[in-house]
Formats: sequence, structure tokens, C-alpha cells
Amino acid sequence: MITLTEVLTLSGLLFAIAIAGVFLNRKNIIVLLMCIELMLLAVNFNFVAFSRFLGDINGQIFVFFILTVAAAEAAIGLAILVVLFRERSSINVEDLDTLQG
Amino acid sequence: MFPTILFFVFSAVLLAAALGVILARNPVYSALLLVLCFFNSAVIWLLLNAEFLGIVLVLVYVGAVMVLFLFVVMMLDINLEELRKGVAGYWPLAVAVAGFVVFAIINVIVVRHLGGAALRAAPALPPGYSNTRALGEALFTRYAYPAQLAAVILLVASVAAIVLTLRRRPGVKPQDVAQQVAVNARDRVRIVKMASEKRP
Repeated sequence: MITLTEVLTLSGLLFAIAIAGVFLNRKNIIVLLMCIELMLLAVNFNFVAFSRFLGDINGQIFVFFILTVAAAEAAIGLAILVVLFRERSSINVEDLDTLQG
Repeated sequence: MFPTILFFVFSAVLLAAALGVILARNPVYSALLLVLCFFNSAVIWLLLNAEFLGIVLVLVYVGAVMVLFLFVVMMLDINLEELRKGVAGYWPLAVAVAGFVVFAIINVIVVRHLGGAALRAAPALPPGYSNTRALGEALFTRYAYPAQLAAVILLVASVAAIVLTLRRRPGVKPQDVAQQVAVNARDRVRIVKMASEKRP
């Protein structure tokens, strides 16, 4: 029998792995974006689990909207990445220091 | 019992694939392992009776977002050595922060069991329950306006992505269709009346 504990633990571990990924790949913007997708997935796990175990469909509606916004974010983020690479020929985070003033 | 075994098997594969995403040297492998993550998550959501969202996860994420990721990764000519340089020194910090997050979450969920709420079994679903139907009934009644807003967000995002990546190269002479259509014959051709002449 699956209980809420197991699903929430799984989502917590997934979130922690994504955070570690942000630290480990802090130079590569593409992998950083993928880590953000992993974090959103972990959050969606929480919503789905609570929706099932509390018997409330509204949690799944939230997942629906999070998926929508995450898709929009990925599209715009990758578009910015493509423009950035065209300008700088690099996706290294350390090269992006124009706004430092 | 069988769904529980499935849950643990797919959870193990999910966590292994997530580790692969952050540890892979090549971003292409990261993207492919992330696809594996999404497939495993979809299966676990199916086990949690969120059938519609499981299918949507495969269709939207694997079908659209990850294809976009792979497309961008393969289009950019990235110097991997440059990006890998000096990153190895960050792993103690990464392990420390991740360990702290895991500790905090485990403390709330496993040790305190959310005040006992986490130990209850899932409520039984009524006979003839359809997840898609329940989701649709909520989405198109109570959440009708938010659904419209989500559609607008997607439209704005796609327009923004196109405008951002649109390339205006100087020095190129493309066709201007409006100009071509607006042209008149008398602007281009001059008809001259003259007497015919003998061939020399």
C-alpha cells in the first residue's frame, strides 16, 4: 500500500537532487534549466499526492496550471538562450556579466 | 501489493535518472535522462490515480518541452571542456545543501508524519470514477477564467519566443510582398511613342 509518506519522501529526494544539480552545473545554463524542470516536477508530485490522499481534485488543477507555466517558461528561457549564444558564442554563466555595471 | 512494488521500482529508476541528469557530462545525455524521469513520473502519477495528468506529462513534457531542449542542445555548438572547468570543487557544497534539504523534509514527513496525516491510506474512489471527467468538471466550471488565462500565457510565450529568436540580418534583400503587390504598371514601364526606323 502506498502511503503519503513514501510519495512525499520521493518528491523531497527529487527536489534535493535538483538543488544539488544547480550547484554542480553552475556554469551550464542548459543543465540549470533542466534542474528547474526537475524541481517543478518534484513540486507537482506533492500536489498530485495530496490531491489523491485528501480526495480533493483541486490539487490536480494546480498541477495543470504549473505544467502550463513551466512549458511557457521553458520556451522563453530557451529562446533567450539561443539569442544569448548568438551574441556571445557561449552559454557559460560567468561570461554573462554585462549587467554588473 | 503489486502497485506498491511498481511504485518502488519506478521511484528507484526515477531517482537514478535524476542523478544521471545532474551528473552527465554531455547535456544531450542529461536531456535524454530527463525524458526517462518524466516517463517514470507519469507512471507513478498513474499509480496515484491521476491518469489525465500522467498522459499530459508525457504529451506536453516529453513531446514538446524536451524535444525543444534537445533541439537547442544540439543546435548550439558548446565547448564542454570550458563549462566543466572548476565545477568539481563545488560538490561538497552541493551535497551539504541537498543533505540539509533532505533532512528538513524527512524530519517533517517521516519523523512527525505530518501530525499523523501521512499514515492514512488513500480514500477509496467511488465506483465509476473518472479522473478526466472530475478534472474537466472542475476546470471548466470553477476554473474557467484561470484556464483562459493559461491559454493567454501560452500564446504570449509562443509569440515572445518567436520575436526573441527572429533574426534581422543587415545586407540581405528579402522579398517585400506588400511592396510588390502595391506596384503599378505605370511606375515601372515607360511607353514611348516614336516613328519606325529602317534597319541600318
